Amino acid sequence: MKKGVMRPGHIQIRVLDMDEALEHYRDLIGLIEVDRDDQGRVYLKGWTEVDKFSVVLRETDHAGMDFTGYKVLDNDTLNALESELNDKGFTTTEIAAGELKGCGRRVRFTAPTGHTFELFADKEQTGKWGIQARNPEAWPRGLKGMRATRFDHCLLYGDDLEGNLALFTDILGFDLAEQVLDPEGNRAALFLSCSSKAHDVAFIKHDEKDKFHHASFWLDTWQDVLRAADLISMTDTPIDIGPTRHGLTHGQTIYFFDPSGNRTEVFCGGDYHYPDHPTVTWDAEVLGKAIFYHDRELNERFLTVLT
Amino acid sequence: MPHLISIANQNSQFLCQEQRSLLSGLEGQKIKALQIGCRGGGCGVCKIRILDGNYQSKKMSIKHVSADELAAGVALSCRIFPLSDMTVETLD
Ligand code: FES
Ligand SMILES: [Fe+2]
Repeated sequence: MKKGVMRPGHIQIRVLDMDEALEHYRDLIGLIEVDRDDQGRVYLKGWTEVDKFSVVLRETDHAGMDFTGYKVLDNDTLNALESELNDKGFTTTEIAAGELKGCGRRVRFTAPTGHTFELFADKEQTGKWGIQARNPEAWPRGLKGMRATRFDHCLLYGDDLEGNLALFTDILGFDLAEQVLDPEGNRAALFLSCSSKAHDVAFIKHDEKDKFHHASFWLDTWQDVLRAADLISMTDTPIDIGPTRHGLTHGQTIYFFDPSGNRTEVFCGGDYHYPDHPTVTWDAEVLGKAIFYHDRELNERFLTVLT
Repeated sequence: MPHLISIANQNSQFLCQEQRSLLSGLEGQKIKALQIGCRGGGCGVCKIRILDGNYQSKKMSIKHVSADELAAGVALSCRIFPLSDMTVETLD
């Protein structure tokens, strides 16, 4: 049942070198740099995003994800979800409005898999980049690289998938759109949606907590994914796999790495999900096909290389 | 100028250009001594110990190589660029 969580709002990614990271996120993926703050963090977004930013980069001494945040309908929804989290035993921390420039009060908590999540209701709306709000043109001139349109989702690796499933479905109102079951019937992967997208966040079972697998950005067409692959070769960017198609969600995709070793995905297409749809199940025996629909074989790197 | 890199515990050698990391040099030669991971110093799968030789290094994740380890010659091979012939060993 929907509980007022609307969409992925932002992700803060740790990088080892900011200038190199900007060559990746801004110049190669084509995100728009929108602001910087006095902690040295850089704020970016995909050009179609109405809110001010969706990606925050922070330079430090190790890679990975600091946190990811979801935007909720309004402040009443935020208060209700905060109380419910507390009632169900989650400790929440309040991050003051303005700690991220242009973002309102954030409610932060740790999921059973160890990842840090946030909810927020307000963020400055600067509108789609490069096109006017009234009588808008189809797309702006001057986009760089892959011309990614939005931050779409992240995939996280962690241990307690059942705990996360309860958190995301019972408290936050996501639907379990797809899952992978092992031969004993245990869940090995969760694809969760708070919209009609195939996934707004995904988890894969792994024995360590708080691991980051990838941040994913939306492209419009398969041709754009192939063009992204060309740019990855032209810039000698380390590739993971693709262009290919996933079995899970059926998206068309390519994976590559940022200069600090964090994985990036750009993708297009795929399935949709409505609340009355049954959960789509993949069996772990065909995990290769579930993840890489064409090769039907996992590469070791996809499962083990994490930040 | 390429430098000769010896992997002491694997009994193998390969040539690596100065502008390529050891891991990237290895990748080009199809010797499977190390897993090819993120190539960005973030994931930790390409860990080695440097036994001999000069090199330049780029930043690597402190989660995988602590300051003490770094001082003892432990490094992520995707962040090490040779300035002379080198001898290293793989770790797991
Ligand atoms: S390949 Fe990831 S740290 Fe070297
Ligand atoms: Fe993805």
